[in-house]
Amino acid sequence: MAAAAAGPGPGSGPGDSPEGPEAEAPERRRKAHGMLKLYYGLSEGEAAGRPAGPDPLDPTDLNGAHFDPEVYLDKLRRECPLAQLMDSETDMVRQIRALDSDMQTLVYENYNKFISATDTIRKMKNDFRKMEDEMDRLATNMAVITDFSARISATLQDRHERITKLAGVHALLRKLQFLFELPSRLTKCVELGAYGQAVRYQGRARAVLQQYQHLPSFRAIQDDCQVITARLAQQLRQRFREGGSGAPEQAECVELLLALGEPAEELCEEFLAHARGRLEEELRSLEAELGPSPPAPDVLEFTDRGGSGFVGGLCQVAAAYQELFAAQGPAGAERLAAFARELGGRYFALVERRLAQEQGGGDNSLLVRALDRFHRRLRAPGALLAAAGLAEAATEIVERVARERLGHHLQGLRAAFLGCLTDVRQALAAPRLAGKEGPGLAELLANVASSILSHIKASLAAVHLFTAKEVSFSNKPYFRGEFCSQGVREGLIVGFIRSMCQTAQSFCDSPGEKGGATPPALLLLLSRLCLDYETATISYVLTLTDEQFLVQDQSPVTPVSTLCAEARETARRLLTHYVKVQGLVISQMLRKSVETRDWLSTLEPRNVRAVMKRVVEDTTAIDVQVGLLYEEGVRKAQSSDSSKRTFSVYSSSRQQGRYAPSYTPSAPMDTNLLSNIQKLFSERIDVFSPVEFNKVSVLTGIIKISLKTLLECVRLRTFGRFGLQQVQVDCHFLQLYLWRFVADEELVHLLLDEVVASAALRCPDPVPMEPSVVEVICERG
Amino acid sequence: MPKELEPGSHESPDDSSSTAHTLELLCHLDNTAHGSMACVAWEPTGDGKKVISLADNHILLWDLQESSSQAVLASSASLEGKGQLKFTSGRWSPHHNCTQVATANDTAVRGWDTRSMSQIYCIENAHGQLVRDLDFNPNKQYYLASCGDDCKVKFWDTRNVTEPVKTLEEHSHWVWSVRYNHSHDQLVLTGSSDSRVILSNMVSISSEPFGHLVDDDDLSDQEERRPEEKSQEPPQDSVIATYEEHEDSVYAVDWSSADPWLFASLSYDGRLVINRVPRALKYHILL
Repeated sequence: MAAAAAGPGPGSGPGDSPEGPEAEAPERRRKAHGMLKLYYGLSEGEAAGRPAGPDPLDPTDLNGAHFDPEVYLDKLRRECPLAQLMDSETDMVRQIRALDSDMQTLVYENYNKFISATDTIRKMKNDFRKMEDEMDRLATNMAVITDFSARISATLQDRHERITKLAGVHALLRKLQFLFELPSRLTKCVELGAYGQAVRYQGRARAVLQQYQHLPSFRAIQDDCQVITARLAQQLRQRFREGGSGAPEQAECVELLLALGEPAEELCEEFLAHARGRLEEELRSLEAELGPSPPAPDVLEFTDRGGSGFVGGLCQVAAAYQELFAAQGPAGAERLAAFARELGGRYFALVERRLAQEQGGGDNSLLVRALDRFHRRLRAPGALLAAAGLAEAATEIVERVARERLGHHLQGLRAAFLGCLTDVRQALAAPRLAGKEGPGLAELLANVASSILSHIKASLAAVHLFTAKEVSFSNKPYFRGEFCSQGVREGLIVGFIRSMCQTAQSFCDSPGEKGGATPPALLLLLSRLCLDYETATISYVLTLTDEQFLVQDQSPVTPVSTLCAEARETARRLLTHYVKVQGLVISQMLRKSVETRDWLSTLEPRNVRAVMKRVVEDTTAIDVQVGLLYEEGVRKAQSSDSSKRTFSVYSSSRQQGRYAPSYTPSAPMDTNLLSNIQKLFSERIDVFSPVEFNKVSVLTGIIKISLKTLLECVRLRTFGRFGLQQVQVDCHFLQLYLWRFVADEELVHLLLDEVVASAALRCPDPVPMEPSVVEVICERG
Repeated sequence: MPKELEPGSHESPDDSSSTAHTLELLCHLDNTAHGSMACVAWEPTGDGKKVISLADNHILLWDLQESSSQAVLASSASLEGKGQLKFTSGRWSPHHNCTQVATANDTAVRGWDTRSMSQIYCIENAHGQLVRDLDFNPNKQYYLASCGDDCKVKFWDTRNVTEPVKTLEEHSHWVWSVRYNHSHDQLVLTGSSDSRVILSNMVSISSEPFGHLVDDDDLSDQEERRPEEKSQEPPQDSVIATYEEHEDSVYAVDWSSADPWLFASLSYDGRLVINRVPRALKYHILL
């Protein structure tokens, strides 16, 4: 170790400088390691995997193990100059001295330790010797003890075994005692009504009894137990069946019975059967309320009772069932669902019957509230029994009721409309009997319109209750979409307007066609009503509907324009029909007057025939009637100087009168030519042409029809001279009074001229009357 | 009507074939007891010895004897009812061995059996107003066309008279005359006092509702044409043409007895217009 301090040699470390006396502590330690390794023949380099430093076997290495002083000296002497030799010698001396002093210090420092160590070792040697003796003694003692112990256990062995056996027997006996006591205990429990306790006992004993049932005594116990258990089960069932106890108690019973090992399936059945009994009781009471003769409570009360009685009961049953028979798995759930479906179906049937009674009329708000309750109550079992589809069925019922309600309202609206029509008919008929002008048509129209509108509004308001926010079913998709758009808008409003149009149109093609069935004034009024609908009411009503119901459905709805077009078409048809009917009335009058008269042997005309006056009167009446409802309309702008014009136009017909001598059969070509030329310049008259919505057009239509009839009838007759003159007078009279009703007075002139000309053609002796005389007669008449 | 005018009215068709220039009075139908005569109709087939005449409310069957020089009243019937009933028109059915006659009075159409002179059917309210004319379908024995003052032409099946088979509303005034084409009964001609003549194609109720079926069979070897024919198969009743040559009311229309594609119409102003069925339609019917 001292060498380390003096180790300037190259072998002291790998690559270390030979001079390292002042090296640091780690370095020194490494050096020490190196020495140790060297000692054990391990080269540090090898250990570190590095190339070995100077050869450790080098005899010249001062610190090496194989140091050979002779070789070293030789080497020094040979290699080194004197000075160096001197130096090395000095150095060597110095090192030796240092080493000596170091050694001395070490010896001094460790001397005491050595001594005390030596003492300690000596003492230990003494102690160990003592201890050895004691250990020997202990060993002998232990041997003795072991011996004794073996002997004791050999002695006790027998007894121990017996004790163990006895303990086992004791436990067994206790169990047996329990078993033997079991029947009495059970009986007691049963007597006391502690069914739970009894079931627990029975549960504990059952397995054992099962195992040892081949032993007669156990068998007896088991038999006893079984009897008691059976009684117990019977009692439980009895209790279960006695419907008096509520559903929770029943549930307990079922739980106990299940614990008794009763077959779950059977219990399910029984449980459900029992529940069915109770629920059916509820249903019966509900049905009794329905009764054949319903002094029934109102529908709200009914659904309330149904909700709390039946639906509540169903909820309890379902909840209890699911709790008890959860182990039954899907089959059990299925059974419950079927059960709920069946009873629910019956309940629904009852509710529907009740609701059907409500359909007749009654209060919508009450109905909606009842439906709301009904629907709300069924949500609970719906959540509980998703499979039974009760909530869906309930929603369906509500939807159906809503639909029926809509139908009912539509029916109501129709009935109201028909009622209005009947009222109008009566109003139209009554004053005629009284012989004075009744309420004006305009007034009637206003009454009808307002009454229908108020009915529509009332229906809308009633139906609107179904979509009120607080109603539980109003957020169902049906009520949000289809109900609003298809049901209310299309079904109710559009349906009503359509049916109104149809009803009105049906007046046009009544099979009689004689016009006797429908008073013409009604036709006129309906026509105006439809026209008003077209212009305003339809769009108003539909806007109202859309606003109230916020139609969100995307399904196509009838646009306002289509409805308007329909209404307009209806109005037009009605008006056209009115024209036809009125035209027919006047035509018939004219036709009868022409056909029944003997024109050949008539006297010279003195007067205008009464029928012509009647025609003018009727036309005036019609004019007044139409004027009440329709605007004037436009005429051809030529009535500024109408009186003169009449006269001048008449003069043209008078001119034709002058041609009359040429009507003689001798010159038929001329007359034909004349009339043909005249016709070339006049437009063809479309007799039954569609009319416009104004008074003039209506009157023009009627007059056209009448005059054309007159023309055709005249052509079928043969006239004497005075007959022709009478026709002349009549036509002039008509001309005087009819021109002011029509849009184009030229039309009247044309037709009347045609009548006179035709009469002249049908006359073997055509001598026309002097126009001045004609005028005088007409003015006098 | 003056009596002296009447013989001429029924003699002209009889004699027109033999003597074109002068009319000769063959016999006189004595109707003094029955009022003015509205219509005379010959038996459509047979030896031309039977004539029906309608006078006021009487229907009279005459037997012409001794080469049509003497008319003997064979049988008669009269219409009873409230009010004054007058026949307006009559028509002899070409079917059933010429034993049926149809008459019109006011709005009703009645069928008569000439053997017993009893009514066999009655269409009350056949038209809304006066019935003006009647015609039997020459190829379908129960089909009858009528027209009247309600501007309509109606087609009836006399076995079920509650509803018309078909109704046409093309005219705008009284329809005075209706005629089936003698051989192609889908062609129906009507004349009206709106001075129009309308030719209609009533395929659906004709005796050839699906066109010429025989032709279809002939063409069956030409595979190509068949689908084409088929595509036209559902035929539509339609107005073929409206003739507006007349300036005044048209009172009579009729088909030529020689050429089935020719027809004439007569109006108040004395204008007689002769027209042909459009060529395209003719070929369509024939081919």
